[in-house]
Amino acid sequence: MLETFNFRVILEYMPLFASCFFATLWLSAAGLIGSLAVGIVACGMRIGRSKLLSGTASIYIESIRSTPLLVQLFFFYFGLPSIGLRMSEASTGILALALNSGAYMAEIIRAGIQSISLGQVEAAVSSGLNYFQRMRYVILPQAIGVTLPPMLGQAIVLVKDSALLSLISLPELTRAGQIMNSERFMPAEGFLTSAAFYLLIYYVLKWMTAWSQKRLIYLQT
Amino acid sequence: MKRRTGNACGFSLDPWAPRTLRKLMWGFYIEQLMHSLPFFLKGLWMTAAVSGLSLIMGTVIGFIWGTMRASRSRIVKALIGAWTDLIRGTPFLVQIFIVFFILPEFGIQLEAFPAAVIALTNLASCFICEIVSAGILAVPPGQREAATSTGLNWFQQLRYVIMPQAMRVILPPLVGQYVLLIKDSSVVSAIGVIDVTRVGWLTVQRIPQGLLVFGLVAALYFVICYPLIKLSSSLEKRMSVGYSREKE
Repeated sequence: MLETFNFRVILEYMPLFASCFFATLWLSAAGLIGSLAVGIVACGMRIGRSKLLSGTASIYIESIRSTPLLVQLFFFYFGLPSIGLRMSEASTGILALALNSGAYMAEIIRAGIQSISLGQVEAAVSSGLNYFQRMRYVILPQAIGVTLPPMLGQAIVLVKDSALLSLISLPELTRAGQIMNSERFMPAEGFLTSAAFYLLIYYVLKWMTAWSQKRLIYLQT
Repeated sequence: MKRRTGNACGFSLDPWAPRTLRKLMWGFYIEQLMHSLPFFLKGLWMTAAVSGLSLIMGTVIGFIWGTMRASRSRIVKALIGAWTDLIRGTPFLVQIFIVFFILPEFGIQLEAFPAAVIALTNLASCFICEIVSAGILAVPPGQREAATSTGLNWFQQLRYVIMPQAMRVILPPLVGQYVLLIKDSSVVSAIGVIDVTRVGWLTVQRIPQGLLVFGLVAALYFVICYPLIKLSSSLEKRMSVGYSREKE
C-alpha cells in the first residue's frame, strides 16, 4: 500500500511543479489562441464558395480528426528537421496543438454559424441595421451562446492533450512527474501531484462551462 | 544564401543537396520503409488488439455504469460521477503512468500490455458511461411510467422500452467515442507497448525521414478511423431522420 507516501518530498519538488504548472498553462493558452485562429480560417475556407479552398479545408479537418495527436506531434517533431526546418520543442508543440485543435474548432464554429437561421439576418437587414449592428446585436450574441460551451470543452481537451508534449521533452506537468519518478523513484508522489494540478485546471474550466451554459441560455430566452 | 553540398552518408536529407543525390536518398529511404512494412503491420495489429479489447470491455462496463448512473440512487450517482470526473479531468498519459508505475506499489506487477488495456478500458467506460446515461435520460419519463403500469419488471423495461429508444441517442456519439479511443490508444506507446506509433518512433531512429515515417503511421490510423467517423455521421443523420418521422 501507499504507507510510504511522502508529502515532504512533494513540498521539496513544489517549485518544479509550480513552474511546470505555469508552463502547461502558457503552452495550452498559446495552443488555444493558435487553434482559434486556425479554426476561424479553416471554417471560413470550408463554408466559402470556392471549391478548391473548401476541399483543402475539409481534407485538413478530416485528416486531423482521423489521426492521433501523438502521431501529428511526432510528424512535426521528426519531420520538420528532415526537410531543413529547425524549430524549438515549444514551438513544435504549440504548432501541433494548434493545428490539432484548430480542426475541431473549425467544426464548432461552423455549427455555431449554421445554427443561426437566415431569417434572423433578413429580419435584421429589413429593420435597417448595418453590418456591425447586425453582428453586435443579432448574430454574435446567439453564435457565442452556441459556440462558447463546446469551445470550453475543447479547451479542456487541449489542456489534457498538452500532456503529450512531455514526450518531446518539454518541461510541463507530466514531465515534472516523470522527473520526480526518475530522480527519487517516487511514481505515486510524482504522478498523483501532476494529476491533482490537472484536476485543478479541469474543475475551473468545467465550472466556467457550466456558468457559460447557464448564463448564455438565460441570455437567449 | 550559402549553398552546402550534400554528403552521401549523412542522415539528414539536405534541402540544398544536388537533385540526383536527393532522388537517390528518397529512393533509398522508401525502399527501407517498404522493408520494414511487416513491422508496421505488426504494430497495427497491436494497436487493434489494445483498442479492440479495451473497447469491448469498456462498452460493457460503460453500459452497466451508465444505467446505474441514470438510476435514482443518489450515492451510486455521486460515486460514478466523481470517478468519471477524475478520469475525464486528467490526461490519459498520466493515467497510464499511474497504472503502470503505481499499481506495483500495491503489489500488482503488470506488463505493459495489460496495463495499457486496463487504463484504456477505464477511460472508455467513463466516457461511454456519460453517453449511455445521457441517452437513457433523454427518453421521456412517461415511457418508463407506462412500462411500469403494464407490469414489466426493471430488466424488461430496460430491454424492451428504454434501451431501444435510448440507442438512437447513444449510437452516433458512441461510434465517435470509439474513434477518439482508438486515437488515444497511441499514447500507450509511452510505456513501451509496441503499437504502430511506437513502431514509427523506432523506425524514425533508423530512417531519419519523419515526414515519410509518421506519414505512413498517420495513414494507417486514417484507414481505421476515417470509415468510423463517416459511419458516425451517417448514423447521426439516419437516427435523426427516423426520430423526426416518428414525431410527426
